[in-house]
Amino acid sequence: MSFLLDAEITKQERIVPGHFRLSLSSPDIVTAARPGQFLQVRCGSTLDPFLRRPISIHAVDRKKGEVVLFYRVAGRGTSLLAEKRQGNSVSLLGPLGRGFSLPEGKARVAVVSGGIGIAPIYFLLVELAMYGVSADVFLGAATAEQLFFFKEIKGFGYRVEIATDDGSAGYHGLVTDLFAESIPLSNEYAMIYGCGPGGMLRRLAEIIRSAGAPGELSLEERMGCGVGACLSCVCKTSGEGKVQYQRVCTEGPVFPANEVVWT
Amino acid sequence: MSSASVPKNAGKPNLAVNIGGLWMKNPVTVGSGTFGFGPEYAPYLDLNRLGAIVVKGITLLPRAGNATPRLVETPAGVLNSIGLQNPGVDRFITEALPFLADFDLPVIVNIAGDTVQDYTLLAEKLSRTAGVAALEVNISCPNVKKGGLQFGSDPASAAEVTRSVKESTHLPVIVKLSPNVTSIVAVAEKVAEANADALSLINTLLGMAINIRTRRPVLGNILGGLSGPAVKPVALRAVWQVRKAVNLPIIGMGGIISAADAIEFFLAGATAVAIGSANFINPLTTMEVLEGIERYLMDNSFTDIREISGLAHNNI
Repeated sequence: MSFLLDAEITKQERIVPGHFRLSLSSPDIVTAARPGQFLQVRCGSTLDPFLRRPISIHAVDRKKGEVVLFYRVAGRGTSLLAEKRQGNSVSLLGPLGRGFSLPEGKARVAVVSGGIGIAPIYFLLVELAMYGVSADVFLGAATAEQLFFFKEIKGFGYRVEIATDDGSAGYHGLVTDLFAESIPLSNEYAMIYGCGPGGMLRRLAEIIRSAGAPGELSLEERMGCGVGACLSCVCKTSGEGKVQYQRVCTEGPVFPANEVVWT
Repeated sequence: MSSASVPKNAGKPNLAVNIGGLWMKNPVTVGSGTFGFGPEYAPYLDLNRLGAIVVKGITLLPRAGNATPRLVETPAGVLNSIGLQNPGVDRFITEALPFLADFDLPVIVNIAGDTVQDYTLLAEKLSRTAGVAALEVNISCPNVKKGGLQFGSDPASAAEVTRSVKESTHLPVIVKLSPNVTSIVAVAEKVAEANADALSLINTLLGMAINIRTRRPVLGNILGGLSGPAVKPVALRAVWQVRKAVNLPIIGMGGIISAADAIEFFLAGATAVAIGSANFINPLTTMEVLEGIERYLMDNSFTDIREISGLAHNNI
């Protein structure tokens, strides 16, 4: 179920410069939302910028009926969104797309996040904790300052490993290298989840393949409509035995790691 | 007042239009490629309320489409280079078309080909298919190497495709023209001579964008088609010029985002309008445009949408 509605902003918090957490009142979206899904957000009110912006669902507050987005200011659309304040109304379309699948029973999984990829990963971790799934979590960021929600995630009871590009916290280097070094030889993961920049996901897909584990990656592509109509946001996949373009907004944004064809 | 003098539908203007033999209960449809095959937008609006649906362009064989990125936002618009990705006519008929059979909604199928024979084979096949109300002949896609614009940019080729399709079908044939030509009127005249039943004006404008950081074109296909409010004046001009020269119903499109935009197209000479890129930002644009048109007619004491088609030509 997906909705087109105007939602009132209940809170807009700047976490660090350029990174915001936005809470919107929308009980309908909260009820329907699954980890890995996204909303098409109308950031401005004029024709320029023209398109909505796809933003991952970061969390839901079921008691308050609030959907939470965590976003980085990356251009004009997100700059306009960052100017909005409590009480303002924002047009939302969603929840959209196919999210992460949750493992059956009390399995053990690995979760690898890079940069702003933490936005949907956080929602996934909340949901996994709810189902009693134990996870090894690998968080990567450019700097210690941009390691978001580390304490909260640690609080879920997960084993959390961190990596920073500049070495200001945890492992000095790429989170995928940290993960490759840490992954047990006898693969025990029921699923390896990933979200982050393209290069990171590509490397993660290789690690997942050599580990022989099932994996799910959340991809990004320039998006038009967000509902599967315009065929702009496609990626190459090899599902059903043939290489084809699939829509990131509809068949994704989460794809089986072994089906993504990297170009 | 005697009952005999009360007009039908007390006060509601007539919105039904005839597009070259295709009856639409109202004059608002969608631009091919901006509305998928219908199910994509069904969660947000009642498809029965559209005058017609124009589906994504269909080719004889499946097409993978162009490399990504396929879309880039521009001032008040978007450039796209999808490249006619579609499942091919056979899978369209078996997989996409049945969904639309449940609606009171004429289905206009946009067809594209590499050769004249492609168009005629598509027309023959779709004419034998229940649930297809009309064909929109796409001779104006700027995003494919062969076909598309190659036919639309030359009046004689445009006429040849039109004539061949007309000979292959009993369905109304609507020819969609490109603005990427020296004279759209010259193409329209030849297409009219070739017995087209109606025209769709306009397809996207050829354009491009360059990333100054990587110093490379943004789109995977390098060039793309521009749509959205940025192109509206160009589209309106095309409708105006063609209406003056050619006596065929016109579906006007290009950057319509509001009822006021749509009304401009009617006044310029359109018989119906299509909503394109605006669907991306507001899936309810068609409904808002439809309601706004009706209100405009009532507020200005028109009883029939057809009264305002081309009206601006009388006022110069």
